[in-house]
Amino acid sequence: MSAGPVVTNAPVVGDAPPVIRIRGLSKAYRRGEQLIPVLEGIDLDVNEAEFIALMGPSGSGKSTLLNLIAGIDQPSGGTIEIGGVNIAGLREGELADWRAAHVGFIFQFYNLMPVLTAFENVELPLLLTSLGRAERRRHVEAALAMVRLTDRMDHYPNELSGGQQQRVAIARALVTDPTLIVADEPTGDLDRVTAAEVLDLLDELHRELGKTIVMVTHDPKAASRAGRLIHLEKGVLVPDDEVAAVQADLHGHPH
Amino acid sequence: MFLLRLLFKNAFRHRLRTVLTMVGLVVAICAFGLLRTIVDAWYAGVEGTSSTRLITRNSISLTFPLPLSYAERLRSVEGVTGLSWSNWFGGVYITERNFFPQFAVDAPSYLALYPEYVLKDDEKKAFLLDRQGVIVGRKLADTYGWKVGDQIALRGTIYPGTWVFNLRGIWDGVDAKTDESQMLMHWQYLSETARKRLGRSMADYVGVYVLRIDQPDNAPLVSERIDTLFRNSLAETLTETEKAFQLSFVSMSETILVAINAVSLVIVVIIMAVMANTMSMTARERLSEYATLKALGFAPGFIVKLLFGESLVIALLGGGMGLALTLPVAAAFAKSVGTLFPVFRVSELTMALQLLASVVVGLVAAAWPAWKMSRISIVNGLRHVA
Repeated sequence: MSAGPVVTNAPVVGDAPPVIRIRGLSKAYRRGEQLIPVLEGIDLDVNEAEFIALMGPSGSGKSTLLNLIAGIDQPSGGTIEIGGVNIAGLREGELADWRAAHVGFIFQFYNLMPVLTAFENVELPLLLTSLGRAERRRHVEAALAMVRLTDRMDHYPNELSGGQQQRVAIARALVTDPTLIVADEPTGDLDRVTAAEVLDLLDELHRELGKTIVMVTHDPKAASRAGRLIHLEKGVLVPDDEVAAVQADLHGHPH
Repeated sequence: MFLLRLLFKNAFRHRLRTVLTMVGLVVAICAFGLLRTIVDAWYAGVEGTSSTRLITRNSISLTFPLPLSYAERLRSVEGVTGLSWSNWFGGVYITERNFFPQFAVDAPSYLALYPEYVLKDDEKKAFLLDRQGVIVGRKLADTYGWKVGDQIALRGTIYPGTWVFNLRGIWDGVDAKTDESQMLMHWQYLSETARKRLGRSMADYVGVYVLRIDQPDNAPLVSERIDTLFRNSLAETLTETEKAFQLSFVSMSETILVAINAVSLVIVVIIMAVMANTMSMTARERLSEYATLKALGFAPGFIVKLLFGESLVIALLGGGMGLALTLPVAAAFAKSVGTLFPVFRVSELTMALQLLASVVVGLVAAAWPAWKMSRISIVNGLRHVA
């Protein structure tokens, strides 16, 4: 087990350019005449193969930041470069294609299609590729083997436990070999033991496959699996020195 | 293939709701087909007409006869190539409920003008030789279980008394549009018997003349010639095409037909509303699934296909069953009303319209939910889960 995440807004220094480069990012929602700011002046770099955890109290803007990084929401200002592409400038159709090719999603409530088997759920993102049926089958079987669910591939979601459903969702996120995996509270709906199994799996993906993972969580135990912790308060990134206190909390030390 | 499988799986996710919607569709499409068939049956007489036949009747009203002496003058009109005549007999078979049309006709000329009545040679010969003989259409014979050789007694209403006829033949229609619910008897027998029983006033009169013309295009000209010929006579004539003659009967019940057509459309609109409600509920329940699909990279068009496809699956299954049910229901209906409708069959056009109505119901029902779901924000849709 690692000693815990580095608590910093700066990426671990490396030779390669960051896979995620965010500058001056802001997001505000309009409610009637009023503009409600959710994120302001976010600058963030994430290196390839990093596993970062976004933490913060409810309403701090962590899910909004994750949605913007995943390309399912549009910012009010600033740039989000992922793999060199400024996704803030993409149109809806281009963004959909980009997501299909570059992002794997893991949701808190798994979001599997209830009428599809585990196999078919994992196959879904591959339907957007040019792969043939046999190739799709090979990819799906490999992804399900990675999450150790080969024996459950013909089961429907309602025939699987919560942990198994989340593992199917992880296989679905992996199957297209995306640049980035985003996970929104992936253990939020699971008991402690099952949550630990899912986190082990994410850890494995990060270490063995070198996947870049951005995870939003409330759970300090889940956050402790990440390589780096980013803390948000009222829509802004908390400076590194203040975050140190959070790190101390995670490891049970006094401030 | 994957999409098709997904459509069928989605369509039956909420089995009770889907089955109830389909039952509604079956009833609505069947009722639509049945009502249209009733309207078609009303027009069956018109459909069975020939463009080379004209009808000449008394210009005052159909209830006023024409003298038999007009026959020779009509025959000499330029453009007329054949002539026959008929009288409405109006007899009652056992009770008034057993209504069917009976015409006293000049048999040889009448059968020559109506080649669509297909009669065996020996039966035709037997009919022509027996002055008390009658022939009937297959549908009428089947309704009352008559066989060739049977004696049929009718109670006359226009020509009082009991009239006993010998059934000499049963004709089949040349196609499904041919009326097989009539009885034809000898005009000469009717006229002579009426003279003996009721006096001269009931004899030697003709209800309508039926004329064959050389070319359909000549119909207005020949009609004009005939009516001019008898202008300022004691019995002026009104000549029109057989189709126009039949339509004049239909127009008497035009309002009823409009009402039946309106009801058939209202039924489709009602089931459209029911189906739209089903699809709206379906879409609302699956908001998070559509948001997930969009997040995974599926275009809004895929969501549109899912909703339209599912709606069409339900509509076509329900509509198809409704269409299939229309045939036995129409057959049972035709049996129950006897010979009220001479021709009662579900036409190919009606079946096509039933299918079209099912498709339209499916498309319209999914239009609003598909438009709405294709535009949902992914973030809001995903939040719907929580």
